[in-house]
Amino acid sequence: MKRQYRMMDGNEAVAYVAYRLNEVIAIYPITPSSPMGEHADAWSAASIPNIWGTVPTVMEMQSEGGASGAVHGALTSGSLTTTFTASQGLLLMIPNMYKIAGELTSAVFHVSARSLAAQALSIFGDHGDIAAVRSTGFALLASRSVQEAHDMAVISQAATLESRIPFVHFFDGFRTSHEIDKVELLNEEDLRVMIDDKLVLAHRERGLSPDRPSIRGTSQNPDVYFQARETVNPFYTKCPEITQSAMDKFATITGRQYHLFDYAGDPNATHVIVMMTSGAETAEETVKYLQAKGEKVGVVTVRLYRPFSTSHLMAALPATTESIAVLDRVKDPGADGEPLYKDVATAIQEGLALGIAPFKKVPVVVGGRYGLSSKEFTPGMVKGVFDELKKAAPKNHFTVGINDDVSSSSLEYDAHFSIAADDVVRCVFFGLGSDGTVGANKNSTKIIGEGTENYAQGYFVYDSKKSGAVTVSHLRFGPRPIHAPYLVGMGDANFLACHQFSFLEKYDMLKYVKPGGVFLLNSIYGKDETWKNLPFEVQKTIIDKKLKFYVIDAYEVAKATGMGVRINTIMQTCFFAISGILPKDEAIAAIKKYIKKTYGKRGEAVVNQNYNAVDSSIENLFEVKVPETADSTIHMKSPVSDEAPDFVKNVLAKMISQEGDSLPVSAMPIDGTFPSGTTQWEKRNIAMEIPVWDPTLCIQCGKCAFNCPHAAIRIKVYDGELLKDAPETFKSVDAKFKEFPGTKFTVQVAPEDCVGCGVCVEYCPAKDKTNASHKAINMQPQQPLREKERENFAFFLELPNPDRTAFEQNSVKNSQLLQPLFEFSGACAGCGETPYIKLMSQLFGDRAIIANATGCSSIYGGNLPTTPYTFNKEGRGPAWSNSLFEDNAEFGLGMRLTLDKQHEFAEELLKKLSGKVGEKLAGEILSADQSDEAGINAQRERIAALKTKLGSEKDVDAVQLLSVADVLVKKSVWILGGDGWAYDIGYGGLDHVLASGRNVNILVLDTGLYSNTGGQSSKATPRAAVAKFAANGKDLPRKDLGLIAMTYGFIYVAQVAMGYSDLQTLRALREADAYEGPSLVIAYSHCINHGYDLRNGMNQQKLAVNSGVWPIYRYNPDLKAQGENPLKLDYKEPSIPVKDFAYNETRFKMLVQSNEERAEELMKHAQHDATERWKYYSQLAAMDYSEPSAE
Amino acid sequence: MNTSTTYLGIQLKNPLVASASVLSKQVSNIKKLEDAGIGAVVLYSLFEEQITQESLALNYFLERGSESNPEAITYFPELPSYNLGPEKYLDHIQKAKEAVDIPIIASLNGVSLNNWIRYAKLIEEAGADALELNIYYLPTSLYVDAESLETMYFELVKTVADSIDIPLAVKLNPFITSLPNFAKELNERGAKGLVFFNRFYQPDLDIEKMEVVPTLDLSTSKDLRLPLRWTAILFSRINADIALSGGVHSGVDMVKAIMAGAAVAMTASELVHEGIQRASSMLQEFLTWMQTHDYETVEQIRGSMSQKNISEPAAFERANYMKALQLFDKDFRY
Repeated sequence: MKRQYRMMDGNEAVAYVAYRLNEVIAIYPITPSSPMGEHADAWSAASIPNIWGTVPTVMEMQSEGGASGAVHGALTSGSLTTTFTASQGLLLMIPNMYKIAGELTSAVFHVSARSLAAQALSIFGDHGDIAAVRSTGFALLASRSVQEAHDMAVISQAATLESRIPFVHFFDGFRTSHEIDKVELLNEEDLRVMIDDKLVLAHRERGLSPDRPSIRGTSQNPDVYFQARETVNPFYTKCPEITQSAMDKFATITGRQYHLFDYAGDPNATHVIVMMTSGAETAEETVKYLQAKGEKVGVVTVRLYRPFSTSHLMAALPATTESIAVLDRVKDPGADGEPLYKDVATAIQEGLALGIAPFKKVPVVVGGRYGLSSKEFTPGMVKGVFDELKKAAPKNHFTVGINDDVSSSSLEYDAHFSIAADDVVRCVFFGLGSDGTVGANKNSTKIIGEGTENYAQGYFVYDSKKSGAVTVSHLRFGPRPIHAPYLVGMGDANFLACHQFSFLEKYDMLKYVKPGGVFLLNSIYGKDETWKNLPFEVQKTIIDKKLKFYVIDAYEVAKATGMGVRINTIMQTCFFAISGILPKDEAIAAIKKYIKKTYGKRGEAVVNQNYNAVDSSIENLFEVKVPETADSTIHMKSPVSDEAPDFVKNVLAKMISQEGDSLPVSAMPIDGTFPSGTTQWEKRNIAMEIPVWDPTLCIQCGKCAFNCPHAAIRIKVYDGELLKDAPETFKSVDAKFKEFPGTKFTVQVAPEDCVGCGVCVEYCPAKDKTNASHKAINMQPQQPLREKERENFAFFLELPNPDRTAFEQNSVKNSQLLQPLFEFSGACAGCGETPYIKLMSQLFGDRAIIANATGCSSIYGGNLPTTPYTFNKEGRGPAWSNSLFEDNAEFGLGMRLTLDKQHEFAEELLKKLSGKVGEKLAGEILSADQSDEAGINAQRERIAALKTKLGSEKDVDAVQLLSVADVLVKKSVWILGGDGWAYDIGYGGLDHVLASGRNVNILVLDTGLYSNTGGQSSKATPRAAVAKFAANGKDLPRKDLGLIAMTYGFIYVAQVAMGYSDLQTLRALREADAYEGPSLVIAYSHCINHGYDLRNGMNQQKLAVNSGVWPIYRYNPDLKAQGENPLKLDYKEPSIPVKDFAYNETRFKMLVQSNEERAEELMKHAQHDATERWKYYSQLAAMDYSEPSAE
Repeated sequence: MNTSTTYLGIQLKNPLVASASVLSKQVSNIKKLEDAGIGAVVLYSLFEEQITQESLALNYFLERGSESNPEAITYFPELPSYNLGPEKYLDHIQKAKEAVDIPIIASLNGVSLNNWIRYAKLIEEAGADALELNIYYLPTSLYVDAESLETMYFELVKTVADSIDIPLAVKLNPFITSLPNFAKELNERGAKGLVFFNRFYQPDLDIEKMEVVPTLDLSTSKDLRLPLRWTAILFSRINADIALSGGVHSGVDMVKAIMAGAAVAMTASELVHEGIQRASSMLQEFLTWMQTHDYETVEQIRGSMSQKNISEPAAFERANYMKALQLFDKDFRY
C-alpha cells in the first residue's frame, strides 16, 4: 500500500498511530500534549476505527492522576490502553506508573516533554518531567523529530507488547509537538505488520477476569518484597534487544533504520556529543557541516534512555573518542551532574571495567545543560560545545545558550554561526494573533509540502497575551527533508513579512532577513507614503541590506472583501506572489485549492470570501522604490517609559521587546519573586477604538467601570479645586454622590491600556434622548485620541482616591470609587473572568493574599513580562502566588493557617507584652472590631502605634511580635481558579478545604470548560454544549458545585452572574469576605470559548439566568441563627427557553449545524435541567427555618 | 361533492394549503398535515442569506482567537461536517416526498442570481412538485427607483422559470405601486401562480430601553381583507393561479378566499396557534358550508365574488374606502 506524505505536527503524528493501536484512551488536557487527546476524541466522535476495526473509547478524566488510574484499570483488565501527557501531568501519574511497571504491563504513554514548575511555571519543552520518571520502571524512548515521533509511536507499542515493559515515548514539547513537518504516513498495513496479534492476545489474556480469577496488587512484607522486586530483571535485560528488533523490523518496512544509540559523524571522531530528542538532530546537522570542513566530530543520539544499555552505547562510540560532552535538557539542582551525563559517565566506567569500551584511551567526559523551557539550541551552540571539547580541560557542568554571569557556567558561542544551505528558502512572518497569520502559514507549508515534491517546515512562536498577541512564524522550504529544529537565524531569512505596521517601532525584526532578501509590509500608508512613515532604523536596514521592499494595505483589501481583520489569505497570496517559491499562477491555484480544503465544510460563502481576497491581493501589492538614504524622524521606541522603575526598564522591557534571551542570569530574581504592578508600564496600544465619555448624558452609575474587564475605564470624585491643573481636554461634571457633596466627577479611559472590547459601551444604560445610538460612552478611533487621553489619564491617576472610610461600599457606583488593584491584564478582550477579580481587588485587595490555580487566571495574572496585580499609594495590594493546578485550595488553606497561627501567636505575645505596649492599646488591638473599612483602618493605626512603641525593644518577644504584628489587621484569603480546577482536578482538595471550616474565600471563575488549554470539557460544561473532549455535545448536565457545598450547612455559598445583577455580585463578594468561615462564590464567566462577540457577554449572562441555566443565589449560614432560610434565590422562575440563550453561542449552535437531531435531543434535556433546577431550588428556598437551631 | 382543485397545474384534493412556516420543518408534521386532510404543503423557505450568514458566522467564531496563544491553538473541536449548504433542505424535500402523497411545494428566498438558479434546480432535482419564490427585498436606498426594482424582479422570475421544469409561483408583497400590471408581467415571464401576500417581519420599538424589538405576530381573520381585495380584483384577468395567504383561519375564510377567486387558501398562523388538527375542522367547516349552500364543486365557488362577478365592482376600489369611512364615522362616540 502506497504511503501518503502529509504535513502535520508532532502531536498529530503521534496520536495518529497511538489511536490506531489502542482500545481505551484516558485523557486530560495539559499543554503541550492536549492536542493528542483532542485528536483522539475527535476521531472517536467521528467513529474512526483502530487497526482491529473497532472505535477506541476515549475517556476524559478529572486529572492526570485519574487518567493514569483509569489506564491502569483498563490495562489490568486487558485492554490496549494509552494516554497523553506532559510535565506536572506526568508527575501525577508516577504512583500508577510504578504499579503498571511493577506488574509488567504493556502500555505506552506518549509525552510531549515539558518543563516542571519550579521558580515559575513554564509550558515549554525540556526533560524535567522525563527525568522525574526514570525510576518508575517505564522504558523511556526518545524521538528527535515529527517523523521520528510518528515512527517511535509504533516501535514503542511493538516493543512494549513483546517486552512487557511499559514505555514512555517522549519528544520535545513545542519544538516537536507543535512543529509542522512533512511526514511519510504509516498506513494500516505497516501498523499491522509491526504489531503482532499474538502479543495483543497475550496481553488481553493477562487481564483480570472472574472467569480465570487471580489477584494482583497484594501487600508484601519484609520477607518477600525485595525478592519479588528482583523478578523483573530478565525483562529489563531483554528490553533493549527487543526494542532494537522492533526498530530493525520497522526498517525493513519503511527503510528508516533506528538504533538504541545512533552515531553520526566522522568514524574517527575525537570529540563527541551525546544527547537526545530534537537537539540531537541539530547536533547531527552541525556535525555534518563541520565534518565537511574536516573536523573530527560526531554525535550520539540516545533513543532508548531506559533501560539504559551500556553495551549498545559502547558500540556506538568511536574508538578514537577523546572527549565527550553529554548534554542534558534538564537541571538537577544540587546533583553532581545531570541524569544523562551521569548515565553516560557510569556506562563508560562500566564499559571500561567490562572491557567492552572501544576507546584507545579513556576519554574526558563533561556534562552540560541546554535548552531548558524550549530555549533555542542552535548550530552555533553545538559548535560552541565542540570548541570547548577541543580544550585541554573542557569545562564541566557547563550551560550553553545563556549568559550565566552568576556561576560562570556558560560556554561562549557564535550566535551568528549558520549552516543554512542555499537551496533552502527561509521565511519569517510577524503577525498579530487575531489576523490569522499562523493559520495561513500552516496552509503555506501544506501547499508546498503536500502539493509539491518539496519539503516544508513550520514552527510558530506565540507570546503569552490572550489579546493583541504577537506571533512569529518560522518557515523553511527545500528539496530535501528539513532537519533544523531551531528558529530561522539572524541574517538567514530570504523573506521577511511584517503583518502589523506598528510592530516596526517595537521589534527589531529586520535582523532576521539576509542581504538582498525580500521584505513585505502590511501598511496602511500605501506605496507612496509608507517609506516616510517607517522608523529611521528600519529605513537604514532596508537600504544597507539592499532589500526588495513590497507593501500592501491588507486591511483595506480585507475590509473590501468582507474578511474583517483576518488578513491571512491576503498576506499569504502576497507571499507566494513575490517569494518566487512557486510560479505565481500555480501558487494561486494551490492557495485556492487549500482554501477549499480548509474552509469547504464551513460553507461556500466562506470559500468565496477567501477566493475574493486572493483575487484582490495581487492588484493591491506594490514594490516600493527604496531611496538611497534614510531620513525618517521616527525612531524605534523603548517599550516602557522613562518613569518606569529600573527593574522594569532593564529587565522586563527586554522581554517586551523580544530580547529576553539576552538577559543574563544575574538579571533574574533568585526565587521567582517579582515586583507587583508592572502592567502599567507596558503600554500595548492594541485598541483600534476606545470609549469616549459624554458627561452630559452620564448618570454616574459606575457600570462602565464595574464591567470593564481590563480596569481601563475608571471613575473618581474629587475636589473641584484640583481641576485648575487639569489638561485642556480633561472632562468633569458635578458629582452625584450623596457622600461627596460639592465635588466633581470624571469617567476616564486609559487609552493605551484599553483593548477596545466595547463591553462598557454595551452596558452603559444612558442614551441620548434624541439619538438612541449615542450613549454616555461611545467608541471612537484610538489613534487621534491617544496623546490627549494619555495626558488626561495621567492627571486622573494623580487625583487623590476618595477616602475608603468615607463611603459605604455597598452600591455598584460606590464600589467603583475604590482603586482597582488588578489592572491591564493580558486576558482576552472582553474577558468574563477579570471583572470579578478586579472587583475583588477593589474591595479587599489592600489586605488580600491570593492563591491562584493554574489556568487562564494564573496566566493573565502572573505571566511575564508584566503582571497586573498592583498596589495603592500606601504600598498595599494583593499578594499573589500560583502553586499548581490541582492543589490550589490546599495552597490557599495553607496561607490561612499561617495567618491564623501568626494571629494567635501575635495575640499571645501582645498579652504578654501588654505592660510594655500599654494596657489600653493592647486591649484595643485585641478587641478591635474590623467589620468595616473604618474598623480596619483604625486597627492599622493601632498596629503602627504598636510598632513605634516596640521599635527599639530588644526583648525576644517584642522582636517576634514586631515580625507578626501586621496579621492583627484583618486579612482576606482568596482562592481563585477556574472550573477545571474547582470541579475536576482540584475538587477533592476544594471539598476538604471547604469542610475545614477555616475562613477562606473561594472564587470560582466558571467558564464551563478548560479555557486556558483551548476549551476542553469539564464537569461544569453545560449539557448540549460542544467542547473539546465532548465533540458530540456534552450529554450530561453540569455538576451543581454550589448545591453540594450547601449540603454542609456551614459554608457560605453564592452563585453569581455580574451581567444579570451587578449588585448581587457585589453583595455576594462582600458577604463572602465577611463570613467567618469558608465561602464559595461561583461566578458565571463568559469566554472566548463560547463563540460569540464578547461585547455582548453581559447580555448573554442575563439570558443564562433568565433561562434558568445559571441560577443565582446566596446561601448564608448566619441567617439560620435569625430563623431565616439561609438560601436566598436572586433569580426568578425561568422566563425564556434555554435555546434562546444557548443558540446565540457557537458552542451550542455548532451541534445544530453538524448534528441537528442530537442537538434537539440534548436541548430537550437541557431545558428539563433548567426547569427541574428551578423547582428544586425554589422549594429549598421556601423551607421554614423559623425555629432557630441550637447552634 | 367535489372539493378538488387545481393549483399550478397540480391536482389537489381540496383548496386548503399549508403555507410556509415552522410547521413544515419536521417531516412528522408534514405527515400530520396530510393526515388532517390538507391539500398541499409549502415547505419553510430556504434562505440563501441565512445560509451565507450562518456559514460566515460559524467560520468567524471558529477562527477567532485561534493560532495566537501557545496553549489554546484553537478553541473548538473540529467537527466532521456542517449542514451549512442547501443539502439539508434538499434532503428534507426528499424525505417529505417519501413520507406523504400530497404535493410538496418548496420555497426559496435567494440573494444572488446564480444561487437563485442553482438552488431552484437543486430543489427540482430533489423532487419538489413546485417552487414558490419568496422574493423579499426591502429597498432602503434613496437611489433605487420602482422601475429598476420591478425590472430586477422580472428578470429573476424569468431566469428561474426558464431554468426549471416544475411550475413556479411567486409570493408577492402588497406594496407594489401597480400590482395588477406587476402581476401580469410576472405571469408573462413564467410565474404560473401568485401568492398574495408575504407577511413581513415588522420591528417594534421598546420605548423604555430605546431599542428595536423584532416581532412577528400571527395573523387574524382581519388580515384576510387585503389579499381578498387583490384576489378579487385580479381573478381571471391574469393567467396565473392565485393563492390567498394571510388571514385564513376558518372554513368561512376559505370560502371567502375562493369566492374572491383564489385557487387555494393558504394557512399557517391558525395551525401554529391551534395545532395541526385544526386543518381538519377548517375543512369540515368548509364542507359544511358547501353542503348547506348547495355547492357541488369548488369551481362553482371560485371567483363568484370577484370584482368581475359582482354587481358593484367599485366596491373593491376607492368607493369602498369612502363607505368604510362613513361607517366608522357613524359608530364613533364623540
